Amino acid sequence: MQQSQPTMEPAARTSLNVEALRRDFPILTRTMRGKPFIYLDNGATSLKPQSVIDEEVRYYTELSANIHRGVYEFSEEASECYDQTRGIVARFLNAPSEREIVFTKSATESSNLIAYGWAMKNIKQGDEICISEIEHHANFVPWQALAERLGATLRLIPIDPGDASLDLSDLDRLINDRTRLVGITAMSNVTGYMPPIERILARARAVGAVTVVDGAQWVSHATVDVQKLDADFLIFSAHKMCGPTGVGVLYGREALLNEMDPFLFGGDMVLRVRKEKTVFRKAPEKFEAGTPNIAGVMAFGKAIEYLQNVGMKAIHEHEQDLLRYMVERASEIDGLVSYGPADLSTRGGIFSFNVGDAHPHDTGNILDEDGIAVRTGLHCAHPLMQALGIPGTVRASFYLYNTRAEVDRLIESIHRVRRIFS
Amino acid sequence: MSLEEDLYKEIILENYRSKKNRSRMDDADLASEGANPSCGDDVELFVKLDGDRVVAVTYDGIGCSICCASANLLCEAMKGKTLAEAMTIIGEYRKMLLEDATPHFSDDLADLEAMQGVKHYPVRIKCALLAWNTVRDMFETPASGG
Ligand SMILES: Cc1ncc(COP(=O)(O)O)c(C=O)c1O
Repeated sequence: MQQSQPTMEPAARTSLNVEALRRDFPILTRTMRGKPFIYLDNGATSLKPQSVIDEEVRYYTELSANIHRGVYEFSEEASECYDQTRGIVARFLNAPSEREIVFTKSATESSNLIAYGWAMKNIKQGDEICISEIEHHANFVPWQALAERLGATLRLIPIDPGDASLDLSDLDRLINDRTRLVGITAMSNVTGYMPPIERILARARAVGAVTVVDGAQWVSHATVDVQKLDADFLIFSAHKMCGPTGVGVLYGREALLNEMDPFLFGGDMVLRVRKEKTVFRKAPEKFEAGTPNIAGVMAFGKAIEYLQNVGMKAIHEHEQDLLRYMVERASEIDGLVSYGPADLSTRGGIFSFNVGDAHPHDTGNILDEDGIAVRTGLHCAHPLMQALGIPGTVRASFYLYNTRAEVDRLIESIHRVRRIFS
Repeated sequence: MSLEEDLYKEIILENYRSKKNRSRMDDADLASEGANPSCGDDVELFVKLDGDRVVAVTYDGIGCSICCASANLLCEAMKGKTLAEAMTIIGEYRKMLLEDATPHFSDDLADLEAMQGVKHYPVRIKCALLAWNTVRDMFETPASGG
């Protein structure tokens, strides 16, 4: 076994007390394949701190009531906790109003809600939709399917195949007078690249297009201010930011949300139902038909509080430190190819790579045997892989509880891949 | 059980690296694609027939070591067999991986036993079966090939 260099500093030099934070995540005490569990798959979903798990359990053990219906105490409390989270999310995003926060089940449902609620009504044959080649399928497939159905044209901002950043040289042609909607990710789930969305959004505004920012990877490590961002919609998922699965957010400008058609119809979203006609409530209730994920939304509130206590800026700096350390250590490995811009300040805590001619799946399998969880394959971004001409990557993605010592373990394990596939 | 003993045996790595059967066939009698969308394995298989006898099988595409090694072993195993014999071998191979059965391959097919260790790695079984299932489907409905 090749040992990691003892000259390297194992502790990250940032303001986070990572050892203390790690104790908040009970799963980190587990072993995997008989080895200490190293979780580097935060791009897929994050681990959950005890306070989030406790809140989810508290709902079922202490409240267990449906919301916005009962007149009894437990139902009142559940309704209050659910509604409070809307305020927590609004303040987290610096949204002008809580009424701009719609709870969905995922970022994916959020983009579909925009497609069905706004785009179906407003996009016509001959209109254009512009997205990019680095989009996750959640912000790609809905627009492609919609364009096909409506006879609209889908345009893609291409990548620079050299470093998988976006090539904006043709932006003014790609986003033009016919463009009705622009969708762009704030951070690639494959490379961690954060494109210059301000420039893309400015161009979209100049032609009067509605803008959708996919924040699924970005919101979990960023200080977000939707008023500064000035996008019409922002979508993201709770589970990538210490919250539970089954909760997503659609932030939308209040006026736009109120103009939109409902997406799901049923109970809770109506003001009055008559045999002849139904009157819907305003946003956000108009979009939250049926019993929502009450425990999940409550626990999501705790997740945001947890992140805010740690500090979004400190989280970002910690990930930058880990990424820089990873890049530095990876440079010692022959035949390791990584993807994404060399300027690490344009990237979040994601390191996507391949080792020699080992297929990503093989690399992932060997890392797994060493107790290391990474994602391998196409990462729900087939168009990007197609543009890069590669069969996939291995992706290590960092979060607040990861350490330099874990990066060292990853490097050792990559050396093992090299030995097997040399 | 370890990766080096079960999965990354020399014989598997050799079959992975072999380019012998890795090519497209312009005059194939049967051709079909198989994909595992979650891991990115995507292979195309080509079969040349003479009556009901398999003359040659080749494959092309992208896949992990287990996927490509099993495809190469498949190409070797199918050569010269009748369709009925080929189906028996495919059945035996699938049973080895899916039902934990001890395989009974003839001597010339003994290399196939190298794939046995894959059964200890449930997520890799579909890699080891991709090419085999693709060919089985073609042989079951030979008219659909192209
Ligand atoms: C950039 C990006 N957008 C959207 C999504 C979709 O999120 P979800 O699966 O929670 O709907 C993901 C999840 O991987 C993502 O990484």
